[in-house]
Amino acid sequence: MSIRPSEFAPPWSTSDAIAPPTDPVDERIEVGFLIVGAGPAGLAAAIRLGQLMEEDPATAERLGDVPVAVLEKGKAPGAHLLSGAVVNPRGLQRLFKGRKRIDEMPFYGEVHGESVLFMTKSRAVRIPTPPTMINHRNYVASLSQLGRWLAEEAEELGVTILPESSAEQLLVDGGRVIGVRTGDRGRGRSGEELGNFEPGSDIAARVTILAEGTQGHLTGAALERFGLRGENPQVWALGVKEVWKVAKPLDQVIHTMGWPLRAAKRYREFGGSFVYPMGDDMVTIGMVVGLDYRDTELSVHDLLQELKTHPRIKQILEGGERVQWGAKTIPEGGFVALPSRFHAPGLLLCGDGVGLVNVPALKGIHYAVESGRLAAEAAWRTLARGMSMRSALASYDESLRESFIWSDLREVRNMRQAFGRGFYVGGALAGAMTASKGHFPPGDAPTERDADQSLISTDRAASYPAADGKLVFDKLSSVFASGNRTRDDQPNHIRIQDKVPRELAELWAHMCPAQVYEVGEADGDGTVKVKLAPSNCVQCGAITAKGGRLTPPEGGSGPEYTVT
Amino acid sequence: MARTLVFLEHHEGAVQKGSLGVLAKAAQVGEFAGAVVGSDVHTVAESVGATVWVADDARLAAPLPQPRVDVLAKLVRDEGYDTVLFAQSVLAADVAAGLAARLGAGLNWGLVDFDGETGTAPALQDTVVVDVGWSTPVRIGIFRAGALDAEALDGTADVRDAAVELEDFSTAAEMVEQAHAEQQGPSIEDAEIIVAGGRGLGEPEKFALAEELARALGGAVAATRAVVDAGWYPYSAQVGQTGKTVSPKLYVALGISGAIQHKVGMQGANVIVAINKDPNAPIFEYSDLGIVGDLHEIVPKLTELVRSRKS
Amino acid sequence: MKIAVCVKAVPDAASGRRIDPATKRLDRSGELAISDFDTYAVEEGLKLKEASGEGEVVVVSMGPEKAMDALRKALAMGADRAVLITDSALENADVLETAVALAGALANEGADLVLFGQQSADGGGACLWAAVAEQLRYPVVSQVSELTVAAGSLTGKRQTEFGYDTIRAPLPAIVAVSDAINTPRYPSLKGIMGAKKKPQETLGASDAAGPGTTVVALNPPPPRGEAQKFEDDGSAADRIVEFLAEKRLV
Repeated sequence: MSIRPSEFAPPWSTSDAIAPPTDPVDERIEVGFLIVGAGPAGLAAAIRLGQLMEEDPATAERLGDVPVAVLEKGKAPGAHLLSGAVVNPRGLQRLFKGRKRIDEMPFYGEVHGESVLFMTKSRAVRIPTPPTMINHRNYVASLSQLGRWLAEEAEELGVTILPESSAEQLLVDGGRVIGVRTGDRGRGRSGEELGNFEPGSDIAARVTILAEGTQGHLTGAALERFGLRGENPQVWALGVKEVWKVAKPLDQVIHTMGWPLRAAKRYREFGGSFVYPMGDDMVTIGMVVGLDYRDTELSVHDLLQELKTHPRIKQILEGGERVQWGAKTIPEGGFVALPSRFHAPGLLLCGDGVGLVNVPALKGIHYAVESGRLAAEAAWRTLARGMSMRSALASYDESLRESFIWSDLREVRNMRQAFGRGFYVGGALAGAMTASKGHFPPGDAPTERDADQSLISTDRAASYPAADGKLVFDKLSSVFASGNRTRDDQPNHIRIQDKVPRELAELWAHMCPAQVYEVGEADGDGTVKVKLAPSNCVQCGAITAKGGRLTPPEGGSGPEYTVT
Repeated sequence: MARTLVFLEHHEGAVQKGSLGVLAKAAQVGEFAGAVVGSDVHTVAESVGATVWVADDARLAAPLPQPRVDVLAKLVRDEGYDTVLFAQSVLAADVAAGLAARLGAGLNWGLVDFDGETGTAPALQDTVVVDVGWSTPVRIGIFRAGALDAEALDGTADVRDAAVELEDFSTAAEMVEQAHAEQQGPSIEDAEIIVAGGRGLGEPEKFALAEELARALGGAVAATRAVVDAGWYPYSAQVGQTGKTVSPKLYVALGISGAIQHKVGMQGANVIVAINKDPNAPIFEYSDLGIVGDLHEIVPKLTELVRSRKS
Repeated sequence: MKIAVCVKAVPDAASGRRIDPATKRLDRSGELAISDFDTYAVEEGLKLKEASGEGEVVVVSMGPEKAMDALRKALAMGADRAVLITDSALENADVLETAVALAGALANEGADLVLFGQQSADGGGACLWAAVAEQLRYPVVSQVSELTVAAGSLTGKRQTEFGYDTIRAPLPAIVAVSDAINTPRYPSLKGIMGAKKKPQETLGASDAAGPGTTVVALNPPPPRGEAQKFEDDGSAADRIVEFLAEKRLV
C-alpha cells in the first residue's frame, strides 16, 4: 500500500499568509512601491523604477520619502541567492541599456566551450549538445554576487533595501493588496517574546511587486486568494551545488545526464548535473533532480557527492578545496504551469515565484530580470494621469505576453513533462519538440503534482559514498559551508504533520539537503514522530513540494551565500 | 637575553597558577623578577622562590587595574626592564593594556610561547599560528590561560620593596564590594577542564556521569546543541558555532559525534579526549585520544580512578 | 548625558575571516559588519540614554571608509551620530595605534561615558579600552555585566574569574561591557530607513603613533601530535588516566 505525500497535508492554509492591516495608520510605514525579494527580478524592478525616477523627478516626488523599498529576508542581498549559473545577458542588457556594458557587470567570463556528457558509473560519453542547451554568447555568473552588485546599483538610484526583513503576510484591504506585514523578530522556541522582541510592521505601498523566487511564500497565497492559478500545478526540482577552489582551470561548461540518476520510468528521476568554470581558479558543480521522484531514499545532496567520485569529475576537483555549498528548488512546470494572470489589484508577480524558467535551457535569470523590468514599467504607469490603476497593472500581463519570455517558454512547453515518461521516451519527444519549434507534439501535456507521486523504497542509500571531508561531505558540514549560523532557539518555521507513516518521514529525511528532518520514535500503528532541527534549514523549499510547507523564518536567518 | 618583569596575580594569599607559569617562562629567557601588588602581601611575595618586587599599600588592596599600571610603569622605568609579561585574566588584560599605553610599548596577547625575542600566538580560532614581534624598546606580552605549566621555582626568595606613586585618575574607581569565592565550579569559558556530553549519553539523567567526572577532574560541564535542543541541559552550557567557544587545557567529549558546528566551538582545546561507540564519528579525526567504546561503562570507572589519584 | 560607544567593523563571518598572506594581517576586504560583541555596548548606550530621557549616543570607530556602512547598523538601532576615523596609515594598526586614534576622537567628543564591547570578534584581543583609558586619563571598569549611572558616577558589576565585584567610578569614565549585560535590540524598519539621514562624519588621523608590534611569520597550526585511537577492551579507563597523568592533567 504505497502512500503519497499529498495525503498528509501540512497544518497551514493560505489564509495564514493573508491579513488585513493591523497597525494604526500613523504607525504604518508608507513607501511608494514595495518589492518583496532582492533577487534578480526584484532588483531589476527596483533599478528600472530608479531609472524612471531619475528621468522624471517631478512624478517621483509623488512617491514620498521612500519611493522604492525592497524587503529581503536574508542577512544581505545575495545571502539567499543560488543558481548555476550560465546567464543569457539579454535581460541585463535591456535593463542597463545606455548605462552599463556587459564588461562592467560581475560575470566570470563568456562561455567558450561546452559539452554534454552522458554518464555511466565509470564512463562519460560526449553527446551532441541539444539545441536548447547551446550556451554560445552566454556568461558564467554567481547569482549571489550578481545580486549584491544589483543591490548596490539599486541603492545608487535611491532605492531603500531592507535586509533581514521577512514578508510574512500580504495585507489585503477591500479586495486590494495594500502592502505587506513583516515578520516578528526575537521570539523563542515556543513563540514567546524574548528580551529583544521586535514586532513586525505593516508596510503600505501603492503597488506591491512580489519577486520572492521559488516557492514564494506570499506569491503562493496570492495565486490562491485572487484566483490566478493556471490549469496545471507547478512542479519543482531540487538543486544542490558546491563551489570549489581548483588547481587547474576548467575550460568549458559541462552538463551531464544519466548516472547517478536512473532512467527507468518508474523512478521518475529527471535531472542532471552541471560543472561551470568561475574564472581560472574556481569551479561550481551541482546536481538537479525533479521532485517528482518516488524513491524515499533519494538524496540529491548524496547524489552530488556520488557524482564527484566519477573519474571524469574527480579529476576536475583534484587538488582543490570546497569553499561553499547550497541548495534551492527550481520551478520546472514551464509554460503550462504559469498562472493565468500575473496581476491583481495592487499587486504584480515576477520571476521564479511564478515559474518563469526555461527548463531545457536551464535558464531563468534573464526572464526574472526582464519580468522585473516590465513590472516596474507597469507600476510606474499607475502614476500616469489618464490611466486607471487597473489598466496600468493589466498592462503588465500584456507586456509579458509580448516579451521574449513568453515566446521562449511556449516553444519549449511540454518538454519537462515529456520526461515523466522516462529518459529515453522523453529524450525522443524533446528532440521532436525542438526540431518542430514546439509545434509537435501538439497540445499541452498535463502536469502531475510532485506530492501526488506514490512512494517506493529501494536500497539507494547503500550506494552513497561515505564522507571523507575532502571530496565527499556529509550534510551537517555542508550546512556549515552555506554560512548558516541561525540561532537555535527560534520558533519552528516548518509546517508538517508531526506523526506520519515511516516511509514519508524517511522521504523527508533523505530529501532535505540540510538534515532538518529525522525519523523519530515509532508511534505504534506504523507511524513515527518526525524530529526537526529547523535551524539547519537553508530554505531551499523542497518540503513544500513534497507534502509540507516552508514558511519564512525570522529575517536574517538561513544561509549566507556569497559565491553561489 | 631579556630583562623581564612578571606580574604575579594573587588571590586569597596564593599566587595564581597562570602567573607562576609565566614566571617559569621568564626564567628561561633571561633575567627576571616577579611583581606582587596589593595590601599585606609580603608573605605572598616570599612564597615565590625568586626575586620579587612588592608594592604593598592599603590603596592597592582592591584588585583594580589602574593603580597597578602606575606601580609597574615606575618599576620598568627605574629598573630598566625591557619585557613585561602577564598571564591572561580579566585584571591582567586591563593592566597590560594600560601599561602599554603608558610606556608606548607594543602589546601582543594570546601568547603560547616566547623565546626572548619573538612570541607565538594562535589566531582565527587556532587555524593559524602567528610569530609576533615588537618594534618598541619595551615589550609587553599576555600569555593565554593554560598555555604554560606552573613549575615551582626553587631559587631563594628575594623580596624587594617597590615604590608606590599613584596618579589621581588611577584611584578614581573604587571597589564597593569585592567578589567572594564562587561555590559552583568555574564557568565553561574560564574552565581549564571541560567534560562535555552529547546525544551518546542516551538520556538526560545520564548527564550525571559527565557531572561526576567534571567534579572529579575539577572542571566544568558543557553540552552539544543536540542535547540542549532536546532540553537535557541549559543553553548556557552549549559549546559550538551557535553556543560558546572554549579553549581549555582538556576537553573530554562523551558521546559526541563531533560535527563541524561543534568542532568550531572547542577545536582550540589543548588536549581532546573522546569516547564514542561509533568508530566513524568525526570527532576521532581531531581528538588526541579516541576511545571507541561504551561511555556508560568507561566513565564511572574513570571517575573512580581520578578520584583515587587525587586523594 | 553624552555617551560614546566605540565599535569595530570586522569582516562579516560569512565572508570568512582569513589572514592575507601579503600583509600577514587579517584580510579586511569584503563585507564588514559591527563586531557582535560591540552590539551589546551599543544597546547599553541606548538603554542608558532612554532611561535618562535625554542625551546623545555617538558611535566612534576606526577603519576603512566602507566601515561606515557597518556603523549604520548602530544608527539603525537608535544611535544618533557616527564618527569614523579613517586613514591609510592606520590600515593595519595594532592596539597601541588604535588606542591613540580613538582617544583623539573621544577627547574631541567629550563624552561622559565611553562604552566598549568585551572583545574584538576578529583579533580576539580583550584590552583596547584600558589603553584608551590611559590616553584619556579616565577611570576604567571592564567585564561589566550590570551598569547603573546616576548623579555623575557609575556603578558596575564586574565579572571576574572569582565572581562579581561591585565597582564605583566618577564620570567621565570608560566601561567595557560583557555580553551578559543585555540582549541587543533588532533595528526596526523605521530605524533602518532613518539611519541614512543621521549625521555621519569621517575624520583623518592626527599623528599616528606607528605600530608597536610586528608580525614575523604565519604558520599552519602544529599537527595535533600522535593521535591515538583504540577500542575498549575493558582497560579504557586505566589508559585514559595514564594519558591524562602523562600530560599532567590529573
